[in-house]
Amino acid sequence: MSTLTDSFATAGALVIQADPQLLGIVALSLKVSLTAVFLASCLGLPVGAAVAVGRFPGRRGLTVILNGLMGLPPVVVGLLVYLLLSRAGPLGAMGLLFTPTAMVIAQVVLITPIIAALSRQIVADAWREYEEQLRSLGASTPRAAFTLLLDTRFSLSTAVLAGLGRAVAEVGAVMIVGGNIDGVTRVMTTTIALETSKGDLPLALALGFILISIVLVLNALAHAVREWAVRRYG
Amino acid sequence: MAEALLALESLRFDAGGRTLIDSVSARIPAGRRTVVLGPNGAGKSVLMRLMHGLIEPTAGRVVWSDDRKPVQAMVFQRPVMLRRSVLDNLTYALSLAGVSHVERTARALDVLHRVGLAHLASRPARVLSGGEQQRVALARAWVLRPQVLFLDEPTASLDPGSSAEVERLIGVIATESCSIVMVTHNLGLARRLADDILFVDAGRITEHTPVADFFAAPRSAQAEHYIRGELSWT
Ligand SMILES: Nc1ncnc2c1ncn2[C@@H]1O[C@H](COP(=O)(O)OP(=O)(O)OP(=O)(O)O)[C@@H](O)[C@H]1O
Ligand SMILES: [Mg+2]
Repeated sequence: MSTLTDSFATAGALVIQADPQLLGIVALSLKVSLTAVFLASCLGLPVGAAVAVGRFPGRRGLTVILNGLMGLPPVVVGLLVYLLLSRAGPLGAMGLLFTPTAMVIAQVVLITPIIAALSRQIVADAWREYEEQLRSLGASTPRAAFTLLLDTRFSLSTAVLAGLGRAVAEVGAVMIVGGNIDGVTRVMTTTIALETSKGDLPLALALGFILISIVLVLNALAHAVREWAVRRYG
Repeated sequence: MAEALLALESLRFDAGGRTLIDSVSARIPAGRRTVVLGPNGAGKSVLMRLMHGLIEPTAGRVVWSDDRKPVQAMVFQRPVMLRRSVLDNLTYALSLAGVSHVERTARALDVLHRVGLAHLASRPARVLSGGEQQRVALARAWVLRPQVLFLDEPTASLDPGSSAEVERLIGVIATESCSIVMVTHNLGLARRLADDILFVDAGRITEHTPVADFFAAPRSAQAEHYIRGELSWT
């Protein structure tokens, strides 16, 4: 019991003192996941909108696949990206394995389907309402897709934040492709896993607090944005 | 009868296992105001969509007499506003119509003035009342300078003052060499505004006559029943 209280006390101290090691880990986590979310949004939002609005063969199949890929297990994604980037792999020559770039790649693979599938749903719902109006005004399909992305931007922010939440919280993929190297590829989740197994609970706990706070703040933010938007824009 | 604007040739439209429009043939005269009357569910809105080209007929054709299709606009029974300002809703329509960037704002503001909505220009369109949205929709159609304007119950949710104003505006638009095809359940409006009445019942056109003839002596029992039913409420 006392170890637990001690751990909490030490963890609190680490957070309050803004321990440099702690800050470095948090900063890398955010840098990797924010980059991944940015890239995944650039890919996932247009794909989601295109699948929602476009008329092409295999559209239903694609929808089912996208929805299925939302549940990709991070360790499996990690393994696949590892194979891709390992020395013998197709992209091995680039020497990216065990770098933050590898972690970004793995997280992009992991969350692009999430952002694409959620945005497809959001845009498809809007399309049902807007289709005749936009076609009457003469919008081409790509233009309609772009208009719908703009018009559903507040709902889409939820999709993007869902991707971010998933990225900062996952451990399997970044562990495998990043290697959890101290000062280089060590992020919040991998540090928690490692320090817990080593028995250094305070650092693990401090990171746990921060991780939970980040996830909570993100969700509160998403909620606030939508509330405000509904009041302001309907 | 005047020169034809468009001809409906044995139109049929099936959906959901039902025939919603059945063997409809008619010639819509150019430069005139055609009012479509008929009971709820008769197929008036479906017929408008067919004429406007939003849906393809199951059989038959919609033939425009000019080789170059005229500029068309439609005000829907339930208009869809984009999640942006009233002014931007109008400039959006203009941009889809290929109007140059510099011209859009001036044209949009001019029309907003003419429909008496200039004070709403910067308001988010989706939080306006239903009646205000309907008038914005009329402005958004008018700003396109249509040669054919389809109106689906444009006064349905308007207060008496706004309704009279919209009626006046439709009259003005009609003088700008614009053919008008309008659905309404307001028989007073139909009487005052129509040149011709197109009566639709159960997916068929049962009457297509000049307005005076229609109200003086409806030829079909359904039309007579419809007029009586409507008048008994007014
Ligand atoms: N896409 C569709 N699929 C199946 N049924 C449809 C479709 N669109 C319309 N209908 C049906 O067609 C019939 C005619 O609809 P429509 O909207 O044209 O009626 P309306 O004459 O405009 O009536 P109202 O005066 O109430 O507006 C209705 O019974 C409606 O349920
Ligand atoms: Mg209707």
